[in-house]
Amino acid sequence: MKLGLFYQAARNVRSKPLQTALSLALLAFGVGMVSLMLLTEKQVNDAFERNIKDIDLVLGAKGSPLQLILANVYHIDAPTGNILQAEAEKVLKHPYIASGIPLAYGDNHEGYRIVGTEHAYVAHYDGSLAEGRLWDAPFEVTLGARVADNLGMGLGDTFYSAHGLTDQTDVHTDKTFTVVGILEPSGSVMDQLILTPMESIWNVHAHEGEVIDPATREITAMLLKKRNPLAVLTIPNVLRETNMQVALPAIEVNRMTQQFGLGTSALRAIAMLIMALSFASIFISVLDNLRARRHELALMRTLGGTPSTLYRLLLLEGGLLSVAGTLLGLGLSRAGLVVLGKVVESEFHYDLATLALLPSEGVLAGAAVAVGLLAAAVPAAGSLRLDISKTLREA
Amino acid sequence: MVEVQGIRFRYGSEGPNMDFPDFACEMGERMLLLGNSGTGKTTLLHLLCGILRPEAGTLRVAGRDLRAASDRELDVWRGSELGIVFQQAHFVQSLTVAENLALPHQLTQGTVPAEVLDRMNAMLDRLGIAHRANARPHELSVGEQQRASIARALLHQPSVVFADEPTSALDDHNAEAVMDILDREAADATLVVVTHDQRLKDRYAKCVTLKHAHA
Repeated sequence: MKLGLFYQAARNVRSKPLQTALSLALLAFGVGMVSLMLLTEKQVNDAFERNIKDIDLVLGAKGSPLQLILANVYHIDAPTGNILQAEAEKVLKHPYIASGIPLAYGDNHEGYRIVGTEHAYVAHYDGSLAEGRLWDAPFEVTLGARVADNLGMGLGDTFYSAHGLTDQTDVHTDKTFTVVGILEPSGSVMDQLILTPMESIWNVHAHEGEVIDPATREITAMLLKKRNPLAVLTIPNVLRETNMQVALPAIEVNRMTQQFGLGTSALRAIAMLIMALSFASIFISVLDNLRARRHELALMRTLGGTPSTLYRLLLLEGGLLSVAGTLLGLGLSRAGLVVLGKVVESEFHYDLATLALLPSEGVLAGAAVAVGLLAAAVPAAGSLRLDISKTLREA
Repeated sequence: MVEVQGIRFRYGSEGPNMDFPDFACEMGERMLLLGNSGTGKTTLLHLLCGILRPEAGTLRVAGRDLRAASDRELDVWRGSELGIVFQQAHFVQSLTVAENLALPHQLTQGTVPAEVLDRMNAMLDRLGIAHRANARPHELSVGEQQRASIARALLHQPSVVFADEPTSALDDHNAEAVMDILDREAADATLVVVTHDQRLKDRYAKCVTLKHAHA
């Protein structure tokens, strides 16, 4: 017969389903919220960090610097406009600038952006081919891993582009793109892009036989790597009289995360409040158990139980609630992340569904269990002072 | 087996002194502690069980000097050497009847040996409540609860059994039946029945009548 303290504690916890459910729900919700925030923060920060990789400046049309970064580094916003390629190349030749990668886009296929660029873009993100080759001629494309996977496309497949970044109504049926390569997953924004030569972007909107004057060719942005730190101060001055601007990804992302930070701080405070309520609930649960079951506890003393046995039993009941609530919370956060991941995947094509336990979540779980035990330990200490004779006489 | 000599007790530092008569009960013997309300029956029972500590006198039960034993020793001793039948049957409500019966073994030995389970089944069978072994205590009738309480007090084969008012709420027929069960199941133990029930006064040869305990 299994009748150890753990079994008894589990039976006692189960014998009060409503009280147990309330304590579990509060703790699971609190832990789940904090855990979900930790998971999303970590994954969003990782994604931001990975994609900034060695991009010091982004050159593009004037407008919101943050929008310029979001559109051209992360591809989650509309671009601020186009700039002339010739003007951009003047900036590229500035002595403080080491190198630059041009980007031109404005069309999509099934919601995935078709980005005209150079092979240097793939090298920048340490991309490698899973099959086929990189694009060479106009209208040849190399697919990011996620695009190929989600659209089920392979080498030799063809498609038409649609005007705009998400819209599917204005389809250019006169120009056919052909898949010549598929990239390995890189964990970067490249996974969700369709890469092609710049000429594809220029030519897709040209009429049959039309030759585009090189002087009027436009690009959307240029990702710049500085040679000299002074570039950060000098280049904006160089661009003062033009329709161009440079934005610093690190600064813009930092500003954005600080703005997010206000929201996440508020959410975290709410989650902490819910967790505090759950600990109060465990405290009250154990205290209530002590009062409601004092005759049982006195009886156990007459049957051979020591004060320490009773204390450990009550502590274990609080511990069980804490552990179960914490595990439930970690499970809830993962369920939440899967749902959130689907939304993010659908809206931005980013993958947030890494479900592995973070070290910070380990600390959260440890802290939740420890505080839960403490919340049980205080009222459980009453069992050490139980007056058996008085309690039995009152029965 | 039970030896009481010159014991004195008082509740708190301000309470009146309570003195109790001397008596002894040998191994396997049965005796009655008879007294009306206010004669200190429950206090004496708690002293005999080591739940309360006398201020003076000699108190030996089941071979142990209760004044000299530590609290922890008394806790374990109660679970292994004593069987207590309470006036009102108390149980751990989250456990089944069988689990409640096995609880003294678990609390004192940390395990419930298989032979105890065999003995439990036989005892529940004799008491007519074998079919209630897996029921929760609150599902039992008052009579069934009392029989289960007797079974729990005796299952670990204690050397001394104390029964507190085992017949006070029963009619003549059921009172007789409960006492028969106690006598039969505690045949090898020393049995001390604490009661105010005058119907029992002639049941055992040895009977100590408690007077008003306050000095």
